[in-house]
Amino acid sequence: MKLRLETAAMDALTVRLFDEIDERNMGWIMAADTALRHAFNDALIDLIPSYTTLLVHYDCQRMTFVEATSRVREALKGLQPADTQQGQLHEIPVWYDASVGPELPAVAQGAGLSIEQLIARHCGHDYCVFALGFAPGYGFMGLVDEDLATPRLKTPRRRVAAGSVGIAERQTAIYPLLSPGGWNILGRTAVPLFEYAKRGEPLLRPGDKVRFKAISQAEFEAAGGDTTPLEERV
Amino acid sequence: MRQASITVKQAGPLALIQDAGRFGVGHLGVTQSGAADWISFRWANWLLGNPLESAALEIVMGGNLTLETDATVYLALAGADLDARLDDKPLAVNAPFTLRPGQALTFRQPRAGLRAYLAFPGGLEAPVVLGSRACTTREQLGGLYENGKPLQLNDRLYWQGASVTPRRLPASAQLPIPNGRCLLPMVLGAQAAHFAGRSLYQLFNQPWRVDQRADRMGIRLTGQALESKVSGVISEGIPLGAVQVPPDGQPIILMNDRQTIGGYPRMGAITPSACALLSQCLPGTEVWLQPVSATQAQVSHRLQLAEWR
Repeated sequence: MKLRLETAAMDALTVRLFDEIDERNMGWIMAADTALRHAFNDALIDLIPSYTTLLVHYDCQRMTFVEATSRVREALKGLQPADTQQGQLHEIPVWYDASVGPELPAVAQGAGLSIEQLIARHCGHDYCVFALGFAPGYGFMGLVDEDLATPRLKTPRRRVAAGSVGIAERQTAIYPLLSPGGWNILGRTAVPLFEYAKRGEPLLRPGDKVRFKAISQAEFEAAGGDTTPLEERV
Repeated sequence: MRQASITVKQAGPLALIQDAGRFGVGHLGVTQSGAADWISFRWANWLLGNPLESAALEIVMGGNLTLETDATVYLALAGADLDARLDDKPLAVNAPFTLRPGQALTFRQPRAGLRAYLAFPGGLEAPVVLGSRACTTREQLGGLYENGKPLQLNDRLYWQGASVTPRRLPASAQLPIPNGRCLLPMVLGAQAAHFAGRSLYQLFNQPWRVDQRADRMGIRLTGQALESKVSGVISEGIPLGAVQVPPDGQPIILMNDRQTIGGYPRMGAITPSACALLSQCLPGTEVWLQPVSATQAQVSHRLQLAEWR
């Protein structure tokens, strides 16, 4: 961990702790999140942790740029990483099928695997939730096996169904709500991520772990899943 | 007695219930939202004697949005001149006015600026979602039905207060409506170092044009392309007004409904007041970015806020 403070905007600082994506960053990022929330208290407007940084948006009516800078340094002095074993493990049931996961065949082919092997590989790893962003409750997870890494679609889709599970490079994620998107979609889950986010209680939080579990169409439908294909083919 | 209401008789292209925005939830992936021109929005509330961040209507373009009331009501309009009419009579911007049953309030087309704010007694009623009434289309959050839908035909609007203390706009008030050369003060960010030196010069020394691709998420500027030495960075939190530069070199200024984290290189961020002004610029408007230090920008910002004391 090497602390660097950067100006991001008139009233926002980027607190940079790392330069690379690594699961081992998470304990530090989570500890910094707690320390900064505590140190800024009422003067904090928003705090957005990500893979290697935290964006501190503070109330510039309560503190100046110089005060905010020293508040960050003070808060992070002697920081120790948080215990990442505290994160929850979520098992997310996914119906992997080309009708709701249009890139399933292409990603399998690109990895030199059968579709069954690809599903087993995607499910065979507990993914770390690195950051929430892009949409309410959208968790950026990784790292996906190098063999499965697939670049984003050249042209993003205008719509991707809620619950879609996709991969982009070595990251994987679930779309909480119907939205545009450029990730390679492999399947769909019926777990209502957006409903949690809307109540301010996202299912996935940074530091949590996610394990995908392949289920049948019948199980997906029994869980309230919508089987309507929505994505245009690419 | 039945509660008084205003009905949408014709929906324009885009009218959204907005307040100051949704704060303290960025870590959930929820965007800030809120009135894009927060200065005009505050003046609209001020004109009625409302708390300054009461929910109001953000009316974009106009496009014949037509509203009718079932009881006499005091309203206030501030921001863009959208050729608003009471029946066929032109209505003054930046003033309170009375709307009576049988009258039609219409917003036709932009004559100066792009977004008008219509304030209601005590603020509009709408469910509070994650601490705010702001309507966020992309996130399907907030608004009348908590689904982020803009105002639709036959929607009914209710307000929270019964009385108002109407005021006149003070002579000192400056609303961020483009008039001549538009200067957008900008705080340079640390990532500016990712850009070629020539691009830093170009950033501040050429006119930029507001592109057609502009919405509450981001506003694209076009000009001589900026050149970044990196095509992307590890995704990180994005502040309001961030000047992000995708590989084509044409900057996008990220506005109220921006994604919370992103991975394009950024040169810094324009100030909140500059965001208000930019949100009022029609496509084709010429704008200039102007460097300012964070400290200087904060001093100006505090002076701006002191306007409402």
